[in-house]
Amino acid sequence: MMWMIFAIAAWAFGWWINMRLARGRPVRWRSLAAPIVFGVTLIAIWEGVVRGLEISPVLLPAPSAIAVRFGASLDILWVDFVQTVLKGALSGYVIGCGAAFLIAVAVDRFPFLQRGLLPVGNFVAALPIIGMAPILVMWFGFDWQSKAAVVVVMVFFPMLVNTVQGLQATDTMQRDLMRTYGASYWVTLFKLRLPAAMPFVFNGLKIGTTLALIGAIVAEFFGSPIRGMGFRISTSVGQLALDLVWAEIVVAAIAGSAFYGAMALIERRITFWHPSQRN
Amino acid sequence: MKQSFAPVLTVVGLLLVVWYAAAIWLNADWTYDKAKRSGEIVTTTSLIKDTWAQDKPKLPAPHQVAAEIWRTTVEKKITSKRSLIYHSWITLSATLLGFGLGTVLGTLLAVGIVYNRTMDMSVMPWVIASQTIPILAIAPMIIVVLNAVGISGLLPKAMIGMYLSFFPIVVGMVKGLRSPDQMQLDQMRTWHASASQTFWRLRLPASMPYLFTSLKIAMAASLVGAIIGELPTGAVAGLGARLLAGSYYGQTIQIWSALLMAAALAAVLVGIIGMVQRITLKRMGMAQ
Repeated sequence: MMWMIFAIAAWAFGWWINMRLARGRPVRWRSLAAPIVFGVTLIAIWEGVVRGLEISPVLLPAPSAIAVRFGASLDILWVDFVQTVLKGALSGYVIGCGAAFLIAVAVDRFPFLQRGLLPVGNFVAALPIIGMAPILVMWFGFDWQSKAAVVVVMVFFPMLVNTVQGLQATDTMQRDLMRTYGASYWVTLFKLRLPAAMPFVFNGLKIGTTLALIGAIVAEFFGSPIRGMGFRISTSVGQLALDLVWAEIVVAAIAGSAFYGAMALIERRITFWHPSQRN
Repeated sequence: MKQSFAPVLTVVGLLLVVWYAAAIWLNADWTYDKAKRSGEIVTTTSLIKDTWAQDKPKLPAPHQVAAEIWRTTVEKKITSKRSLIYHSWITLSATLLGFGLGTVLGTLLAVGIVYNRTMDMSVMPWVIASQTIPILAIAPMIIVVLNAVGISGLLPKAMIGMYLSFFPIVVGMVKGLRSPDQMQLDQMRTWHASASQTFWRLRLPASMPYLFTSLKIAMAASLVGAIIGELPTGAVAGLGARLLAGSYYGQTIQIWSALLMAAALAAVLVGIIGMVQRITLKRMGMAQ
């Protein structure tokens, strides 16, 4: 009962703080503080409800239990992180995005192919590509190579479509200007069209970050060595060790947010001229 | 549309050629292996013939997959456990339920975010952060946990679809509901419109183009969610179960047919939304 009251009090308190934050002038620290307060409130409510209703840890462990487990099994989590994120997701991401980028630049020289590739690429990007995972695991074996392959296939089409679209982003006036300067294809590409395509390219890169993590983890469900986040999640669910599963989820969430954040940061540095990046 | 018809056909044709070539390349090992054991000599024609007609090829040729789809859709009874239509229906129902729930949740959140500053400041960043969590990765756990508390069948799969599809709806609808500019809002005020009138007559209609774009993304996401949601249920029914069963028994043709079926499903669903979009926007006078 005490814990339920705690949960309700936490909710009321968090709401009150955010009401006050929202009412003030929108300065930078306020807009940073509001979501943090919201998150902390959510965790407090979670803790209170789990303890108050005495929910079995087999169903939903309390945040404190997850934190304890997280601290206790750092070594396992690190091994899984290296296997899934660094070996599987990251290598696949680099290969997939790199290949898509180069192919998009190559296809760009042939308007005919390009007109055909855009609809097909858009279509494929909307498909449940993750279903390719069992096939690729069959082809490339159980280790990280197959996970990287799944990631390559998953990030390829969003990246391709975005880059092709980005390369079309310059208007005729700008290209004509380059022509009056007597610029060659390559000069035009590097000085005008690639920079102009960057906002689109980063859009593709950012979409790819989440896809890469999902691909690498889900591919492990179809077969993996005895380490990796997907492997740990599926076996821990079987052992009803949900606190470990949640610890893996925390790792995945941190890795995903950091990955996305890093891309957004690089985007800010490179496309500083774009209206959406200016203050 | 007509203009891009020939290029699209060319690209699809190219893909098919690559597919057939890859089938020869990937399946050749098995053919050579078999020929060595029986002492036959492999010629180019017999190699091509064999690699395109293996029972469990590494990569089945397109016509093998097409034949399998034909066999499991048209020639099987719909109620049969082997019918792809039956499995597609299972997946489709979970997809549609998840899509519906996600749309409702996403729209409500978007309205809350647009009308309530507190929600805008505190919830919106978390909506974005929620998508960096690879939800598909924890789908098995959600299914198992929901099963343990007595929720089984359609709903757990739909929940995953909902989680994936509410996000594009929230983002699109927030953008859409905010798309009327100050001039239009002021106009409503000079007409002394109430808040609900402003919502129903200005903000909601203005958000329609954004809504439909989001709906298409949400539908595709919900389908992926439903397929992944079927994996941990022990491969009972649904396209995801067909994928898993196929990968257990090395039935590559079955995997590919389930995959193409899922692709067709996605195409049809997104196509339907596109059609509704065109009709609706035309009747609202917003067609481009």
